[in-house]
Amino acid sequence: MFRIRRLVPALLVAALAGTLPACAGDGDEVDASKLVIYSGRQENLVGDLIEGFEKDSGIKVSVRYGNTAQLAAQLMEEGERTKADVYLSQDGGALGALAKAKMLTTLPQPVLEKVPAQYRAKDGTWVGTSGRARVIVYDPKQVPEADVPDSVFELTDPKWKGKVGIAPSNASFESFVTAIRVLKGDEVAKKWLKDMKANDVETYDNNIAILNATKKGVLKLGLINHYYWYEQVAEEGKDKVPARLKFLPGGDPGALVNVAGVGILDGSDHADEARKFAEYLLSEKGQKYFADRTKEYPLVAGVPTAKDLPALDTLQNPDIDLSDLDTLEQTLTMIEDAGLT
Amino acid sequence: MTEVLAVEAAGAPAGAPAGRQARPPLVLVAPAAVAAVIALLPLVYVAVRASERGLGTVAEVLLRERTLRLVARSLALAGTVTVACLVLGVALACLVTRTRLPGHRAWGVLLALPLAVPSYVAAFAWLSMFPGFGGFTGSALVLSLCCYPYVYLPAVAALERVDPAMEEVSRSLGRGRVRTFVAITLRHVRPAALAGGLLVALYVLSDFGAVALLRYDVFTRVIYTSYRSSFDRTPAAILSCVLVLLTVLIVWAESRTRGRASYARLGAGAARRHPRARLGWWTAPALAAATVVAGLALGVPFGALAYWLASGSSAGFDLAELGTAAVSTLAVSTLGALVTVVLAIPVGVLAARYRGRLPRVLEQASYAGHALPGIVVALALVFLSVRYAYPLYQRTPVLVLAYAVLFLPAAVGAVRASVAQAPPVLEELARSLGRSPAGALRSVTLPLAGPGIAAGAALTMLTCMKELPATLLLRPTGMETLATELWSQTEVGAYGAAAPYAAALVLLAALPTFLLGRRSRSTRGG
Repeated sequence: MFRIRRLVPALLVAALAGTLPACAGDGDEVDASKLVIYSGRQENLVGDLIEGFEKDSGIKVSVRYGNTAQLAAQLMEEGERTKADVYLSQDGGALGALAKAKMLTTLPQPVLEKVPAQYRAKDGTWVGTSGRARVIVYDPKQVPEADVPDSVFELTDPKWKGKVGIAPSNASFESFVTAIRVLKGDEVAKKWLKDMKANDVETYDNNIAILNATKKGVLKLGLINHYYWYEQVAEEGKDKVPARLKFLPGGDPGALVNVAGVGILDGSDHADEARKFAEYLLSEKGQKYFADRTKEYPLVAGVPTAKDLPALDTLQNPDIDLSDLDTLEQTLTMIEDAGLT
Repeated sequence: MTEVLAVEAAGAPAGAPAGRQARPPLVLVAPAAVAAVIALLPLVYVAVRASERGLGTVAEVLLRERTLRLVARSLALAGTVTVACLVLGVALACLVTRTRLPGHRAWGVLLALPLAVPSYVAAFAWLSMFPGFGGFTGSALVLSLCCYPYVYLPAVAALERVDPAMEEVSRSLGRGRVRTFVAITLRHVRPAALAGGLLVALYVLSDFGAVALLRYDVFTRVIYTSYRSSFDRTPAAILSCVLVLLTVLIVWAESRTRGRASYARLGAGAARRHPRARLGWWTAPALAAATVVAGLALGVPFGALAYWLASGSSAGFDLAELGTAAVSTLAVSTLGALVTVVLAIPVGVLAARYRGRLPRVLEQASYAGHALPGIVVALALVFLSVRYAYPLYQRTPVLVLAYAVLFLPAAVGAVRASVAQAPPVLEELARSLGRSPAGALRSVTLPLAGPGIAAGAALTMLTCMKELPATLLLRPTGMETLATELWSQTEVGAYGAAAPYAAALVLLAALPTFLLGRRSRSTRGG
């Protein structure tokens, strides 16, 4: 009787004791002196940039990598007890959700003003750090360059039936639908979604899956963000990525530019360091990193875009608040009503 | 009835469990209740979040036509995969334990290995080889190949615990080889196989990664989408309630099919080797079948890994980083398995030895977390630990607790099935010789059930190793495991860089599987 009673707690104590070395050994403890960054962007995209910041500023940083939306949910569950000082996001929506939950502090005006108004929050709670353009990816073996549509509105043509891929639950697709609504009105957006569905549009979980399907000839066309293609070309070489990109001309909503951005948590113990980090991302060095390494658009004037990208000001930037959740809600309903999610 | 006859012939009292109507001792009930409460923790969170905006929102979210349609699709997929896994798992287990399949020892280990392949990696590998692959058939195939070891491992353990004497008695009473196999052997494997099948069904219900890649829309998708696109936790929580309800139904159905039969063996103290059947001209088809399964379940993912290593420019890796990730993975998953099994033992023993409402409720409660998507369990523990255990938040103990919540059923199933196979009469004998109930349990039952419990521990450890959503949210800041490294590379398409981590994960997972194989051999020889 007594033996097993002793055995169970003993095992539990042993197990918990075993966690102590594991705590000490793995990763760095969140110690109060470090700036804690929750990054919804991957380590191989921003890791070197953050290291550069540590070296240049002498500020010690502890980074938690994760998925943009899931980290946002985590931050909201943590509430004011969060250990995070800075949140890096892949899209404006997640930053907007945190701002709405009153978790982000207002950034200093000089930081905000480095970036054009359409790439930052209207209430000043976050700022875009790099831009990513919506593009059409196509398979040149099936579709010669000249035949690739100039507008997303041509994708409802029967000749593309069952051969176009979209990722309807992706934040970047949602902002793009919002752009259609702002530029052309709700009725046009609704009709476009319904027509796409009627045209047997293929739905995927994410942009990479669309790119892969186009690369392998399963799709003729797909709607993705431009840098996924650049990432894959860097990984596999251009000859192994037969798909090509088309940047849509002439103010088409299909050429919307989304942002990745940064916000500072309200009540951060390291507000100064956090501000320095945001400034670093918007410095020439930081902006050049995004242009060269991730092939994204720098958002600060004067930093050149990567050579093979069309200039940012030739793309469509409708006046929409990329973090406006009330608008997002209507967009989501529209996408769902069309039967796409 | 025929089965009871066989058991009687082997000397066990008929209806042994019926004689155990005695009140379960507190020494079991108290720790089992602790385990059940831990498993129910996520439900507290789900209830808090789901009720946040009143019944109107609940009805609005649940009564959408899409919700119902997706529930049906999820159930269809879970049903198909479970049946496939039961057939594959039991057939392969019989093949490696009971026949003279050439190289049966190597096959025994090899066929358990697909468990080490995360389902999203397998899905990606299939897609990279067959671009148009996917849909219901594709998802069912990939998930079956990833999940059948959930049935196979406990079935192997159970087959090794069946008393050969029972089969001999059946033969001596005039039953043929095949009828004996069906009536005696398979029936004794049934509890273990069904417990595994239950895990498969719940895993399929909660899986998101593989089905998302393979483009088969199921219920979990709505949950993930509601986090991803609207950053709103309420609809996700409401939808999670549906999964909890489905889990309750499935667990209840499984417990109904388990019935009241006795599965105990006698004379485990002098375990004998089972005679292995000659396969004769069936050798070639049997070998071919094992090869096809291993080829599809292991060959395809490894083929893709090799391709990525050879062709990706990001290939090549930092050995130190890989080593650190491997050590962290090993540490947290060993702890996870240990804590989970310790929590599972009282629940499993109660379920196997005592009837009545309390043991049943405690056991069924332990399944609560398993069908919830990892992200929901993770957020639940974020919510609870930030409020009530802040010093432990984002430290290893909370992560280990999450593993216990998620994987308790795997361990409970293993404990229950293996304890059920240990004869209660030996426990009673120990009691009559003056042992306390707990003493009898410790000195008689648990050693007899040892191999099965060890299989449960290995199963839990493997599952912990590849767990992703909870690890991402709850690991100590800065700690990377093989699964999180794998994820962060594949997320940006750096498959060359991801391949070493995937390979390390499979190799690390092969370790417990291999030890398990050796252990069960030595017990058999004893």
